[in-house]
Amino acid sequence: MTMTEKPLLDIKALRIRVGAVDILKGVDLTLRPGRLAALVGESGSGKTMLARAILKLLPPGVRITGGDITLAGEAIVPASDRKMRTLRGPVAGMVFQEPMVSLNPAMTIGAQLAEALRRHTGLSRDEIRARAIEMLRRVRIADPEGCLTSYPHQFSGGMRQRIMLASVMLLRPKLLIADEPTTALDTLSQREVLDIMVELARDAGTAVLLITHNLGLVARYTSEMTVLRNGVLVEAGATADLIAGAKDPYTRELVAAARRVESLAEPGDMQAGELISADDVAVRYRGRSDTAVSGVSLAIRRGETVALVGGSGSGKTSLGRALIGLAPLERGSVSFQGERLSAETNHIGRTMRLACQMVFQDPYSSLDPRRRIGAIIAEPLRHAEDLSRDQKRERLDEVMRDVGLAGFDLRYPHELSGGQRQRVAIARAIVRHPAFVVADEPVSALDMTIQAQVLALIASLQKRYGFACLFISHDLSAVRQIAHRIVVMDNGKVVEEGPTRRILDAPEHAYTRSLIEAAPGIDPKVGSAPSRQLERSVQ
Amino acid sequence: MSRGANFILGAAISALLVTAGIVGTFWTPFNPLQLDMVNRLSPPSAAHWLGADEFGRDILSRLMAGASTSLGIAAVTVAIAVSIGTVVGLVAGSLRGRVDRLIMVLTDALLAFPGILLALALIVITGAGRNGIVIALSLAYAPGVIRVVRSAVLSVREKEYIEASRVIGNSELYTMLAHILPNCLAPISVFATSMFGWVILAESALSFLGLGVPPPAPTWGNMLAASQPYFENALWLSLAPGACISLALLGTNLLGDALRDHLDPRMAMA
Repeated sequence: MTMTEKPLLDIKALRIRVGAVDILKGVDLTLRPGRLAALVGESGSGKTMLARAILKLLPPGVRITGGDITLAGEAIVPASDRKMRTLRGPVAGMVFQEPMVSLNPAMTIGAQLAEALRRHTGLSRDEIRARAIEMLRRVRIADPEGCLTSYPHQFSGGMRQRIMLASVMLLRPKLLIADEPTTALDTLSQREVLDIMVELARDAGTAVLLITHNLGLVARYTSEMTVLRNGVLVEAGATADLIAGAKDPYTRELVAAARRVESLAEPGDMQAGELISADDVAVRYRGRSDTAVSGVSLAIRRGETVALVGGSGSGKTSLGRALIGLAPLERGSVSFQGERLSAETNHIGRTMRLACQMVFQDPYSSLDPRRRIGAIIAEPLRHAEDLSRDQKRERLDEVMRDVGLAGFDLRYPHELSGGQRQRVAIARAIVRHPAFVVADEPVSALDMTIQAQVLALIASLQKRYGFACLFISHDLSAVRQIAHRIVVMDNGKVVEEGPTRRILDAPEHAYTRSLIEAAPGIDPKVGSAPSRQLERSVQ
Repeated sequence: MSRGANFILGAAISALLVTAGIVGTFWTPFNPLQLDMVNRLSPPSAAHWLGADEFGRDILSRLMAGASTSLGIAAVTVAIAVSIGTVVGLVAGSLRGRVDRLIMVLTDALLAFPGILLALALIVITGAGRNGIVIALSLAYAPGVIRVVRSAVLSVREKEYIEASRVIGNSELYTMLAHILPNCLAPISVFATSMFGWVILAESALSFLGLGVPPPAPTWGNMLAASQPYFENALWLSLAPGACISLALLGTNLLGDALRDHLDPRMAMA
């Protein structure tokens, strides 16, 4: 490839402003036809705004204040809306982060796929239908004909993202912008969607700009990367070079956060007594014919961290919730220090309720937006009757210091970042010194470096307060850092369990192996770097 | 318009009307009930600022005297309807199951009738007059509030912070009052302020049918109703009470929006 080849996308000194704040402060980016490039940065780095600027899809109030964007020879900044409408679709397509809301719930898949083809091509009805079916087959939707007459809610997140991908790739655009396309998906679906994306892009000769905060994906799928931070370009270059030896300290920090796999967990005390145990637990939700969890037995010792791992729909969240009385037991029982939660009564006793706490996945919806942070964290102390007012105040201050939020008492949740909110949720769970905490994907909604901080926080709090933890996750690197033991679930059943090292390094069950293989590592094994193979075929 | 300006304008309008109502209870420029056939249908003049009606009664005096009745009826009606609606809606949305279904069947049955028709039927039971109107209208408008509150509750109760409250060990009642209700206030306050306007209009409609506050006591509604035959040659008869009703609507809506924003900490920064 020669350097004289005309770039498909050329961004020069782009500046974007919201109100009086510059969110992009002069960023350059070039992408040649057919290449796979990554745009990396944490939330707030301006990467999404940059991507949207390429298609001029900026939200109201966000303005381009300087610089040039050239896309396939067209100057984008001065282009009219009419001109942009001819570019969006045939020249550049975009896949968004949230598959649950990016398809219109009131339209059939067929109608949504046909929409773009009707507008941009002169194809007949039958040809459109044939193309749509062919494309759905290519994104590995099992029954393409049936899919055309189905509605989005009938599909899982991963399938919706593949359908979204199909709708964009139907027009064979020159550029595909994928904005965190798999952040909301579990590892297996993530891998599937990205594999398909890269395959389709290669066949159509489409260049891909993958926007992500996950360096594992960058390493696996792209050959060039650009790192943004606070609207400033930090570093750009070949992916392999930057991962092997970045010049900029921030890039190095990102790489280190992605690579960090050493265990943070204290060696577990194998002699410690059993704290909570599940016996043949089955969960079925009302109105559902299939069981979410079908017959799982499990025991957790005092102070131990057990990771519950599996893809979406494996029943891991249902099991975690059932252990603390939040999901109805259909069969079996849970014992906790002499208290018993059984299918017959489905009622959780007072002691158990107060001693078992939970950290929820989404820090944006787990905090009451009308309460101040201090009040949210202190709320569990309402039920700590043995503490005086002053002791409660002291306990609150102590926990807020522990989670690094001292002085945040009077703020509201919306004033905090995602990582800070999750700290609030963790503080609320531990303020009453519980014996057992269920943490449901507590870091999956957070940026990489923030994830590392929150995991370290959980590990240090555990050392300090000695609670046992059931850590539900699909992120194996997080699990490696924090868990003593791993329990792997698939289809409502436990398929494998054992010490963290043993499971991750020598998995026995095929499902466990597929999970581990799908996990995006930053240092791809020799011969398994699809991006390089793909690019060779392009060149 | 900025939030501050909204609040100031809304508060100024409401204060003006409430003051007129309070003063009107004790003093008016003329006796609002005094017939004066000489000034029959006289247009606005130095003596009668807003003119006189078909019996020569001073319109400004009647507006002032009617303000306390009209505003009072609207305020009490809205308060009762919102209280009933909030409690029932909260119960229906929180308990779900059989209770919810029963409440919603009754609510839907009531909502099938236009509010005014329902009020008419209820007035047959309660009897015409001030209290009759208040009871009839609040029962007629409560089903709407129930629906709004219930749907707000249904969306809030699925949020993780409601589950978090349960995990902490809070009772269902506490969770309902401390976490669900405050997060439903925005739609309730918007609904309540727009209802204020409907009630003033409904009162005038009932008065028009002769089921409202019995004449000769003035209300904005029955003044508007009485002005109808003179619409062509004495427009001021309908303009004056009409303007008062519009002002009352504008004032309460502005105040309602300001109240909703004030109650929501997320808006404080915006």
